[in-house]
Amino acid sequence: MDAILLQVLNGLDKGGAYALIALGLTIIFGTLGVVNFAHGALFMLGAFCAVTVKALLGITKVTLDPTQTTPWGAPMEIRQPYVEVWFGDFGTTLLDYSVPVSILVAIPIMLLIGIVMERGLIRFFYKRPHAEQILVTFGLAIVIQEIVKSNFGANPIPQPAPDMFNGMIDFGVALGFDAGNVVYPAWRLIYFLFSVGVIAAVFAFLQFTTFGMVVRAGMADRETVGLLGIDIDRRFTIVFGIAAVVAGLAGTMYTPILSPDYHMGMDFLVLSFVVVVVGGMGSLGGAVAAGFLLGVLQSFASMNEVKAILPGIDQIIIYLIAVVVLLVRPRGLMGRRGVMEQ
Amino acid sequence: MSDFKVTRRGLLKSTAAAGVALATPTIFSSKSFAAGYLNEPKGKTVTFGFNVPQTGAYADEGADELRAYQLAVEHINGEGDGGMLNTFSSKALKGNGVNGKKVVFVTGDTQTKSDAARASAKRMIEKDGAIMITGGSSSGVAIAVQGLCQEAGVIFMAGLTHSNDTTGKDKRANGFRHFFNTEMTGAALAPVLKNSFGTDRTAYHLTADYTWGWSQEGSIKKYTEKLGWKTASAVRTPLGAGDFSQYITPVLNSGADVLVLNHYGRDMVNSLTQAVQFGLRDKQVNGKDFAIVVPLYSRLMAQGAGENVKGIFGSTNWHWSLQDEGSKAFVKSFGKKYGFPPSQAAHTTYCQAILYADACQRAGTFMPSGVGAALEGFKFDGLGNGPTEYRAEDHQCFKDVLVVKGKENPTSKFDVLEVVEVTPRAQVEYPASMLGGELGPYNNG
Repeated sequence: MDAILLQVLNGLDKGGAYALIALGLTIIFGTLGVVNFAHGALFMLGAFCAVTVKALLGITKVTLDPTQTTPWGAPMEIRQPYVEVWFGDFGTTLLDYSVPVSILVAIPIMLLIGIVMERGLIRFFYKRPHAEQILVTFGLAIVIQEIVKSNFGANPIPQPAPDMFNGMIDFGVALGFDAGNVVYPAWRLIYFLFSVGVIAAVFAFLQFTTFGMVVRAGMADRETVGLLGIDIDRRFTIVFGIAAVVAGLAGTMYTPILSPDYHMGMDFLVLSFVVVVVGGMGSLGGAVAAGFLLGVLQSFASMNEVKAILPGIDQIIIYLIAVVVLLVRPRGLMGRRGVMEQ
Repeated sequence: MSDFKVTRRGLLKSTAAAGVALATPTIFSSKSFAAGYLNEPKGKTVTFGFNVPQTGAYADEGADELRAYQLAVEHINGEGDGGMLNTFSSKALKGNGVNGKKVVFVTGDTQTKSDAARASAKRMIEKDGAIMITGGSSSGVAIAVQGLCQEAGVIFMAGLTHSNDTTGKDKRANGFRHFFNTEMTGAALAPVLKNSFGTDRTAYHLTADYTWGWSQEGSIKKYTEKLGWKTASAVRTPLGAGDFSQYITPVLNSGADVLVLNHYGRDMVNSLTQAVQFGLRDKQVNGKDFAIVVPLYSRLMAQGAGENVKGIFGSTNWHWSLQDEGSKAFVKSFGKKYGFPPSQAAHTTYCQAILYADACQRAGTFMPSGVGAALEGFKFDGLGNGPTEYRAEDHQCFKDVLVVKGKENPTSKFDVLEVVEVTPRAQVEYPASMLGGELGPYNNG
């Protein structure tokens, strides 16, 4: 029982990341009709916002200590971050909280990246076939990856969570298990709650604001909205920016779980596309539900007891579900009738 | 006017002949084949082929390998401070190139993919006239390129490859490995694990699901079970899984008190980081402190895991903090040129370039069979690993193996590992026949 509970928790935080990326993907598909294969790169760029913020906060004052030398004869460098020199304990706290602080930086940067991407490239491909959209956005993702790699290297860069959230939370005691049997890292729970919060905010924005109403109307019938004199293109550009922010925030907060490297976006992209397909292309609720569902199923499939019966199932479960869904219900779990069914 | 009749049979024969001619690898029909051996250098230079990952997940290791190769070429050609040529026991190289020819080099990108690595090696052999191929950062790639070099007829000096198979079941006459292997890691690590954690332990393995992972898991199981340890479970994880939480949570209540991470590169960074996040490093099981072991460490990778490596045991081929004269000379030379210490990947590739050049000089030829004969059974010292021998039977270097531990109080971002034991060569030696395979004959192209 405790093992099942742990795998549910695993699935929820992983599913949170899938849901956030898939949410952005499906918003872009639903509004602009674009299949955006650069969306994983936006997740990765969000993660590198955290890396950059930490690097900036960690810029060090270098003093040379002539009494000590490196093995190659140069004087030893003594480094202390400027924020600590200037602000003392507050500077140390700021460094410790560099990941949450990065959110404040990631929001405007990702919004700007999203808008530039849409205006600079994506808009030229609205009326082109999906195959061309996939090629150009995939190419863009590779370019972004290579730029990041040339600046940050190929190795993962560790981004620890704040000390306060580095520990474990013991769920077991509250649920009647022995102490220490159902423990879970605090940051992963925070990530799950964060993803739920972001998803709720996006839904509220689309549901309860005039802007959101226009966007939803545009998703249903773009032409009619345009005929009403509303500049739907401008709103869709902002929607693209919002989708980029959602993916970016997912990446920023994920850095303590997965040390960021230039390739991390690709790892999530394929899975997130499967999530969108299973949930239903263009369905916001479907993307979220499928994200959590597939995250949990993937975790269960990795249990030794399951693999003893079905060896290798952990590596194919998501794709297997996608195949079944596409065969049985091509429009996905919550997709609109007609989408992907022609 | 002569009659020229096209018959069906004749056309078929001609087509078949043309097909065979076209299908023959260009290696066997290149102009270089006309020489005494493939790519025999006729001018004033000889070309080495450095095949390293320049893109992909191991690009940083590849970059360090390339830096080391460039340094080695400088030293062979008499430039720079000479590095480990000053401490190398063989004095055949005089700083004027090899066999009177200056060394130049070409590079290829393995991308850490077997197909890409073979293609770039083939290009360097066929188009650039490379006399040898060296480098790489993966066992899958090393085995693939070694096979290609054997078929083509050039020497392959393997880079970073740790699977037993490279000089075991997949060994080839034209291939030579300086790096250690999983068998040696198991033999070196087990006594240290016994001293630190005792003989009553239960291990849980998470293993990367490919040739190196299987090889590493097998060796650690073999040696720890000899100590009396039990193996609770050995779970295969997909390469590049990213999030290992679903594989780590079953460890929590498995009854195991040791987690062995048979992972390398990004997988190692992620699985170790996540294992620590799940509290395994600070956990108590069966009244004992839980332990994590990373059998193969790389300093470049350990940097990626940050503070999570603290106190974690593993093994490595070489470390820049060693205080023998060879290591000091190499660190000084590399540090002066690049501003930071070399990795083990840089060390092993530097050694391979020097060892190859030295063998050619001693043999007086670049012919693979001659060079191979000079390397087989060659005993040397001064290259940073103590007295070393290239065993003739399997072309594997035998030398001391380092057991290391993540440093508790690092003084810089390079200072993440500390050497806890130098396991003597005798302790890690095994009979050549144990790992199977046949070297076969040399191929001179």
